[in-house]
Amino acid sequence: MFIIKCPYCGERDHSEFSYGGEAHLIRPKQPTELSDDQWAEYLFMRKNIKGLQYERWNHSHGCRRWFNAARDTSNDKIHSVYKIGEKSSK
Amino acid sequence: MKKKYSIFALIKNSLSYHENWQRAWRDPEPKKEYDVVIVGGGGHGLATAYYLAKEHNLKNIAVVEKGWIGGGNTGRNTTIIRSNYLWDASAGLYDHALKIWENLSQELNYNVMFSQRGVMNLAHNQHDVRELKRRTHANRLNGIDCEWLNVEQVKKFCPIINCSPDIRYPVMGSTLQRRAGTARHDAVAWGYARGADSMGVDIIQNCEVKGIKRSGDSIEGIETTKGFIKTQKVGVVAAGHSSVIANMAGLRLPLESKPLQALVSEPIKPIINTVVMSNAVHAYVSQSDKGELVIGAGTDSYISYTQKGTHEIIEGTLKAILELYPIFSRLRMLRQWGGVVDICPDASPIISKTSVKGLYFNCGWGTGGFKATPGSGHLFAHTIAKDNPHTLNAAFNINRFVSGDLVDEHGAAAVAH
Repeated sequence: MFIIKCPYCGERDHSEFSYGGEAHLIRPKQPTELSDDQWAEYLFMRKNIKGLQYERWNHSHGCRRWFNAARDTSNDKIHSVYKIGEKSSK
Repeated sequence: MKKKYSIFALIKNSLSYHENWQRAWRDPEPKKEYDVVIVGGGGHGLATAYYLAKEHNLKNIAVVEKGWIGGGNTGRNTTIIRSNYLWDASAGLYDHALKIWENLSQELNYNVMFSQRGVMNLAHNQHDVRELKRRTHANRLNGIDCEWLNVEQVKKFCPIINCSPDIRYPVMGSTLQRRAGTARHDAVAWGYARGADSMGVDIIQNCEVKGIKRSGDSIEGIETTKGFIKTQKVGVVAAGHSSVIANMAGLRLPLESKPLQALVSEPIKPIINTVVMSNAVHAYVSQSDKGELVIGAGTDSYISYTQKGTHEIIEGTLKAILELYPIFSRLRMLRQWGGVVDICPDASPIISKTSVKGLYFNCGWGTGGFKATPGSGHLFAHTIAKDNPHTLNAAFNINRFVSGDLVDEHGAAAVAH
């Protein structure tokens, strides 16, 4: 259980938020030219890091906006939150 | 040579106040080189080592475990065993395991307390009824015992279930697999450890893998906290930490590791004679031989390696439990814990070779790996020894995420993940 600081609303209990998975995965620009391997890599393969992970959250029971967070998955400590399009400070 | 456990051994040892029992397994230092190293000393890893030694005549095997054997998800699950899966590939895999369970205590000379008390899967709406009836038929076509119970039969088989039509999610029927049930989780790890050790397998505890040494596309050995171990074959059975090991070898897996919780109540007299699971309200319960109710909760949505989950998950599960079993309303919960489970996008496991020669993965068991322990070990041993999958685990290769041949058990599993 942890507190997440929404960049728009401030600190709220994590139960107000929905998790959106690994951040900064970029959809391939020309999907028709991708091989099956490349598609699998984009769709299914994940870093699944034990340590600092960049991830997406949605404040679904609040402002309903998406943002990114840098969280340590080994202890659930959030090191920074930042808006979509910005870069993490950590 | 291991001395056999028997009634005579029990009487003999009682004369010396049980002070002279033989050690169940040794505590060796790692050798410089092994033919096969298994990473992860849980039930699946120990079973793999056991069958490698027993059926494939390999003698120079090590199991390395970063903590103590059976201290991970093997000791953290709700011990449910069943094989009533929808798809042919899954049915084959899980029923293979169930058949081994049926004789496991005799084979290992170790009482794993396998109890075929039956598993019920409740239906709470029309869709559940159709889906579960379809599963019943699919199971029967695959030779797996499964029957459909109407509400009266549900009430008769497990009287404490609240079958009132007035509850929020009324019970509309249930499947029942009578061969399914539970086993003692620790005993499975210990039984396989004792069996593997007696055939010369080195079980090395408190030995964490720190790196995997590759030369080109093949394996040279592993770096551990107890030094470098040379080997040409590494079988990784690290559950929630599979991706961590894969990253050491420069691979990525289609896994996400999430906390899954369970809890037990104070012990009470026998009250529930079976295992009851419910997909729609997400709750499952059985009673241990000590009398505690063993209750399974769900996973959290986010990746975490913390072995603890959030309170809301428990709250949701207990609400469902109380509506289905009002009789439990004054029962106190004793303990709660979490395990880190590795979930595949199709909720089916991976028992497979990889693009690196000599590196094998057995992972992705997600929220339901315990039931498969003997079958998983048996098939993974085959895959490692022959460098080729057994027909029963061929569908569970890692390449299915490239080819698209997924074994999609998400909707068909007993509880929603």
